[in-house]
Amino acid sequence: MRHTLVARVQDQPGVLHRVVSLFRRRAFNVDSLTVGGSEEPGISRMTIVVETDRVPAYLVEANMRKLVPVIEVRDVTNLDTVSRDLALIRVQCTSAELSEINNLISIFRGRIVDVAAGSVIVEVTGDVRKVDGLVEQLRPRGILEMVRTGKVAMVRGSEAPEESEEELAAGWRH
Amino acid sequence: MKKMTGAQILWESLVREGVTTVFGYPGGAILPAYDAILEYPQIHHVLVRHEQGAAHMADGYARASGKVGVAVATSGPGATNLVTGIATAMMDSIPTVFITGQVGSKLLGSDAFQESDITGVTVPVTKHNVLVTDVRDLARAIKEAFYIARSGRPGPVHVDICKDVQQAKTDFEWPDNVFLPGRKAPAPVNAAKLKAIADMIAEAERPLILAGHGVIESGASAALMALAEKTGTPVALTLLGLGGFPRSHPLCLGMMGMHGEAFANKAIQEADLLLAFGMRFDDRVTGNLKTYAPKSRKVHVDIDGSEVGKNVAVDVAIINDLRVVLEALVPLVADRKHEAWDEEIAKGRSDTHSRDIQHEPHDDTRLLAPHVINDIWRATSGGAVIVSDVGQHQMFEAQYYPHEKPRTLLTSGGLGTMGFALPAAIGAKMACPDKEVWVIAGDGGFQMTQAELSTLQQEKLDIKIAVINNGFLGMVRQWQEFFYDKRYAATPILSPDFTMIAAAHGIDAHRVTKREEVIPTVQKVRESGRPALIDFRVVAEEAVYPMVPAGADLHEMIRRPKRSNPSEVPA
Repeated sequence: MRHTLVARVQDQPGVLHRVVSLFRRRAFNVDSLTVGGSEEPGISRMTIVVETDRVPAYLVEANMRKLVPVIEVRDVTNLDTVSRDLALIRVQCTSAELSEINNLISIFRGRIVDVAAGSVIVEVTGDVRKVDGLVEQLRPRGILEMVRTGKVAMVRGSEAPEESEEELAAGWRH
Repeated sequence: MKKMTGAQILWESLVREGVTTVFGYPGGAILPAYDAILEYPQIHHVLVRHEQGAAHMADGYARASGKVGVAVATSGPGATNLVTGIATAMMDSIPTVFITGQVGSKLLGSDAFQESDITGVTVPVTKHNVLVTDVRDLARAIKEAFYIARSGRPGPVHVDICKDVQQAKTDFEWPDNVFLPGRKAPAPVNAAKLKAIADMIAEAERPLILAGHGVIESGASAALMALAEKTGTPVALTLLGLGGFPRSHPLCLGMMGMHGEAFANKAIQEADLLLAFGMRFDDRVTGNLKTYAPKSRKVHVDIDGSEVGKNVAVDVAIINDLRVVLEALVPLVADRKHEAWDEEIAKGRSDTHSRDIQHEPHDDTRLLAPHVINDIWRATSGGAVIVSDVGQHQMFEAQYYPHEKPRTLLTSGGLGTMGFALPAAIGAKMACPDKEVWVIAGDGGFQMTQAELSTLQQEKLDIKIAVINNGFLGMVRQWQEFFYDKRYAATPILSPDFTMIAAAHGIDAHRVTKREEVIPTVQKVRESGRPALIDFRVVAEEAVYPMVPAGADLHEMIRRPKRSNPSEVPA
C-alpha cells in the first residue's frame, strides 16, 4: 500500500540528496516527493508518498530518522489530514469545446488558466484521488502535457507529538 | 579572540577532541593543513603508503581503544582511496572521522585538478558528511563530526574542507554545544517492556542470548555476564561479538552463523526464547530467514531503531543503549536453571568436539591452518590483540583463537574487506602500544596492503605478522570446491617470497612448514621485541567447517568429514 510521510528537515546543502540516496540504497519505492518551506526559517518540509509492499513504512521512517539533518518524521497515513496535489494539464480543445470543458472541470473545481489555438491549460487542486479523477475525464480528449506537484499533507487539529522509535517498532509486524 | 587560519582551527579542534594520532597522506588540496601541523607537536601524524591504509588504521585505532580514529587525505584520488576504509567502518559501526582537502570553493564543480565530488561519493557509506566552504563553519563542523561519530550507533563522519577555507582567517571559537535538532537523547528505558522481557525469561525453558558487536561498543560485557549467569542462559556470539563474552565460560557457545559452531546454530533453531543483544540478524548469521529460529519468541535490544524488524520480526524491542538496558534488567530477573536444555546443548557440544580438527590425524610434515592459529593462541596464552584479514584464516581464527575480553579481536565483519589486517593492526598498536598485536592474514589479502610494512617500520612498531599461506584465495576456492564443481577460476595465486618482502623492510622473517615448528617460532618472535613476519606454508585445499551454504537453513550445515588417516588430509 501507499504511506504518506511528513518530514521536517534542516534546510542545508545536500539534504534532499541524503533522502534520495537513502531511498535508492534501501530500494524504497517513492511515489511522490515534495520539498518546500515550512513555518520556520531554516526548516524545510517534505511530504513523501512511499510504496510499502516490499519494505514496511516503519523501516522507511526509522531510516529517515537516522539522517542527521532530519528533525522529525511522521507517518500520517492513518491520521486525519488535509492533503493536496496540484496539476496543470494542457488538453486539446477547439473553441467549440471550450464551454463543455469548462463545465466538466468546474465539477472538480478546476479552472482554465490559459487558452491557445487548439488547446487550453487546466489547473486543478485537490486530494490525489480528485486530481486523478479529472485526469481520467480529460484523457479521452487528448492530454498534450501535464505536470503534477505530488502530494503535500498536514494533520488536522492540533498535532500529536512525534512517536518514539519503540512505539513505531511495536506497531509493526512482519 | 585570536585570529587563526582554517588549517590552525582544524588542529586546534582535533586537540580539543582529544586526538593525539592521525593517519594520513599529504597532497595539494590539504597542504595548508599539513603546513600548520608542524605547530602541533601534540598530534602525531602517521604517514601511510596508500590512503586506504590510513582509513583502516583509523578504524583499527578506534576498534582497539574505543576512541575516535582520525584519517586525513587530499582531494580527488586521495579522498577516493579512503572510500573502502570508510565503508568498512560504516558496516561495522566504528567511530571515525575522515578529513579531506577539497579544491578551492571558487573552483567547485569546474572539474578542477584533483577535484572529485567526494561528499557525493561518501553519502551512502558515512553516518554523516559535510563540505566546509566557509572558515567560520569549520570549528562547529569538526565538533559535530566527533559528536556524531561516537553518539548513538557509532560510525564514520567525513569532513571535506576547501583549500581556501584552510587558508582563510577568522576568530577561533570552540563551540560549547552542538546544534543537531534531529539527534535526540535516548529516552529512559521503558519499564513495562523490561518487565515483559523479565517475564519472558522467567517462562522460557530453552532461552538463548545472541550477543553482537553492540556488547563491545556499549561496554555491556559485565552486565551481559551478570544476566547470563543469573538466568542460566547460554550465549552465542556473532563474529564481531567475539570477546564480548568469555569463550571459556561454560555458558558460552562460541560463534553462530555460516561458520559458527554447529551446536550453537542448532540451539538457535531449537530455542523457545531468543534474546538478541546489539546484533542485527545479518544474513551470515541467520541463513534462510523463512526457517530461522521458528520455535522462539524474540527480544531485540539495539541502539538503532532501523535494525529492529529489518530481517527478523521480534516480539519485544527496546531501542536504547545495551549496557543501560541490561543493567536495568538484571535486578528484575530471577535465578534460573534449565537442566534439559543444558543437557541438550552439552550433547551438541560434545559431538562438535568429536569432529574438531584438533583430533584429526596429522603427520608433522604438513601444516593445517587451524593448527597454526590454535598454536598461536597457545603460545600467546590467548592474551594478544588479533587483527585478522578476510577469508578462511579469519574463520579459523574465530574458531580456534578463543577470545576472553572485548577489543581483542579486530576484523572486518560487515564489509569483509581483504587487506584490512595489516593497516588496522598498525592503528591498534598506535592506540595500545603496550599490547601484543598480531596480524593474521592470508596470502591474498596480505598482498593487498603489504606496502604498509614500510609504515610499520617508519613508526618502529613491534607487530607480529602471521601469513597463512596456502597459494590460493582460499575462501573463494572453497566455494568453488563446494558449489562450482571444483572449477578453480582465478583462485590459485602466486605470491612473492614473504620472508624476502619482510627482509626488504628490515623485518625479521621466518618460514614454518611443520607443526612442531609453530610454537617455538611464535615464542622466538614474541621474545625479540622487534616486528616479525612468519610465512606459514599450510595445506592448500583445506576447507572451513562447518558451513551453512548461503541462503540455506541454519541447521543444514556441511560438517567436517571424519577422517581416519593422515593421507586423507588434502595436500
